[in-house]
Amino acid sequence: MTAQLVAPKERKVAQKRIALTGNHAVALAVKMARVEVIAAYPITPQTPVVERLAEYVNNGELDAEYIPVESEHSAMSAVIGASAMGARTFTETSSQGLYHMYENLPIAVGLRLPVVMGMAVRTISAPINVWGDYSDVMAMRELGWIIYVTQSAQEAFDTVIQAYRVAEDSRVHLPAVVAYDGFWTSHVLQPLDVPEDEEEVVRYAPITRSWVKLDVDNPAQLGAVGTPEWYWEIRWQAVEALRTSLKVIQEADEEYGKVFGRSYGILTPYRLEDAELAIVAYGSIFGIVKKVVDRLRREGVRSGALKLRVLRPWPGDMIKKLLEHVDKVAVIDRAINHGGPLYGPMAVEIAATIQKPVYNVLATIGMRAIDSDMIYDAAVKIHRGLWAPNTPYTVGLRGYE
Amino acid sequence: MKAAEEYPGLYEYANFELPQEELFLPGHGLCAGCTIGVIARHMLKVLGPDTIVVNPTGCAEVSTVVYPRTNWAVPWMHVAFGNGGSVASGIEAAIKVLKRRGVIDPNRKINVVVFAGDGGTADIGFQALSGMFERGHKVIYVMYDNEGYMNTGIQRSGTTPFGASATTAPAGRKVPGNVTHKKPMAAIAAAHGIPYVATANPAYVHDMVYKFKKAAEAEGPSFLHILQSCTPGWRFEPKYAIRVLELATETGYWVNYEIDHGEFRVTLPVPKRKPVKCFLELQGRFKHLKPEEVEAIQAVIDRDVEEINRIVGKEVIGPVDPSLPCITPRGAR
Repeated sequence: MTAQLVAPKERKVAQKRIALTGNHAVALAVKMARVEVIAAYPITPQTPVVERLAEYVNNGELDAEYIPVESEHSAMSAVIGASAMGARTFTETSSQGLYHMYENLPIAVGLRLPVVMGMAVRTISAPINVWGDYSDVMAMRELGWIIYVTQSAQEAFDTVIQAYRVAEDSRVHLPAVVAYDGFWTSHVLQPLDVPEDEEEVVRYAPITRSWVKLDVDNPAQLGAVGTPEWYWEIRWQAVEALRTSLKVIQEADEEYGKVFGRSYGILTPYRLEDAELAIVAYGSIFGIVKKVVDRLRREGVRSGALKLRVLRPWPGDMIKKLLEHVDKVAVIDRAINHGGPLYGPMAVEIAATIQKPVYNVLATIGMRAIDSDMIYDAAVKIHRGLWAPNTPYTVGLRGYE
Repeated sequence: MKAAEEYPGLYEYANFELPQEELFLPGHGLCAGCTIGVIARHMLKVLGPDTIVVNPTGCAEVSTVVYPRTNWAVPWMHVAFGNGGSVASGIEAAIKVLKRRGVIDPNRKINVVVFAGDGGTADIGFQALSGMFERGHKVIYVMYDNEGYMNTGIQRSGTTPFGASATTAPAGRKVPGNVTHKKPMAAIAAAHGIPYVATANPAYVHDMVYKFKKAAEAEGPSFLHILQSCTPGWRFEPKYAIRVLELATETGYWVNYEIDHGEFRVTLPVPKRKPVKCFLELQGRFKHLKPEEVEAIQAVIDRDVEEINRIVGKEVIGPVDPSLPCITPRGAR
């Protein structure tokens, strides 16, 4: 059985508008997806997600097992175990918590378990800083997880539901993470539309249980020793599945649009058609990036923007197509690639994709606030040739630019 | 048969038939003289086919499930080294919810067992183990204790005994091997207040299988600490695999007991002990010890035995009898 069975075409379900923080929106999506096992450990800024889920379970609103584990290492371990048993699972983390579960992250990939994880992104120690940037999720890029980065509470809500459908698709069977800004999304009350009938969510993303499971009637060994004669072949299947998942992600998003009336695409371009200057960004700041584009357009600069929504699998062909005609591409990175060829992880990947130098802008590190004027200033400098490509520039850092 | 008089019911309880069926299959890569296979085989005979095995990294894992072969005729899972307790917690929780949702037959009893070494239990897996106990997951946790990191060589672990030479605690000119004492895992497990804790020794199979059965019947977490002889680590001839384990019990180095809902009892009384030197002598890892260091080990055992007798309230483990031969001929006991 695969995931593509139930939802009829061209159907918009009844929805109601409510206000929730990003964290509570994610918790609601998890509840509506009728998750079966949740294992979680608190860490700022994701804690309200797991608190709300615990309330749902303890109030009887969600029939699930909630395991209040003793660490993130155990949270990931427990959802891997539960997923291996065939259950739909959820965990959520941030920052050091992700790093604490790190050794288990590639194991979920190798075992092909469709674990879905939320992440209210946060920077890393030291110095200790509980505020939001993308240092945590960027450290997952090499592991084989599907990585979504979302802009708002609504998008986080919708994407969690899509992630279950994609992860459990028999063409994929891979874990997926849905990231959203720590505090700027996780703690900000936002309006969002949610289906009135929760069953619609499970109809869109039914629990497939199509992956290889622990089954006493059909014993299988999960996680056997893979000698050099076998390891690469088995791992390569995960590589291929991740590549295939791009198509499934797109399908799931389009289908979501048909059922719920909202879809986001793999990437979100904004006024890019004739742009000579493009600003690539991700997460909640895309809203102010669009404002900057509009302002530059008013001043006669043909600018555009591109929002990255799916970091893994990397939609390279799409990015190339969207940016090939653009002269100057600036990438606003919200994590530091210490000592790398460029200092922003996405700047590196965009440069490698478009085979052109990019303007490497670092911003919001440790949640240092920026505004649209600061991005505007950076864009103007790039436009006027005051900044050189392939050089790291900072926005909002005292004493530098 | 002193135990039969002292604990009416115990031996009757232990006297049950094991199935012919083998669920731990032959053809594994365990060393000659390794007793992991003895433990795993009897464990599955008692627990039966409706059992899911979680096997953290260790000797058992690397030598029984090398793709595409396996020695386990039951579902088996390896995730990492330090998370046997939490992986099993997730599996147990999933079984509960899937039974409620009708995916798994609610009347079916599925055992979840963690089969882990001492490193994966007493050291790197300790936190996950403690969390699992504290949350009360119905999981049988079996720790096979070969007293070191035998999978990666012969490094010391938290259960390596005092005086043993290990590669990370070698017998040097200045320090005579491992200077710490064995972590009392069964006592630590019992301190969590879980329903069933026991120590066992594969040289006494009846006692061991009875404990597997009790563990499976416990209504919450259970913990079995099983001594396991290791040829390369302990350095004895493979033919002495069981003999060395017998000597562990006969010398009082290892005491088979259970803590059933807080009730402590020694399940294998030893009326007269052999000196610990009998146990040490058979093994290369203690070869370097000077007589006074052997005496120090003997003193620790004497103290532990005294404590056990005090808890039980009578002399279940007797005094050392130096006249006993180290090797008792078969059938003479």
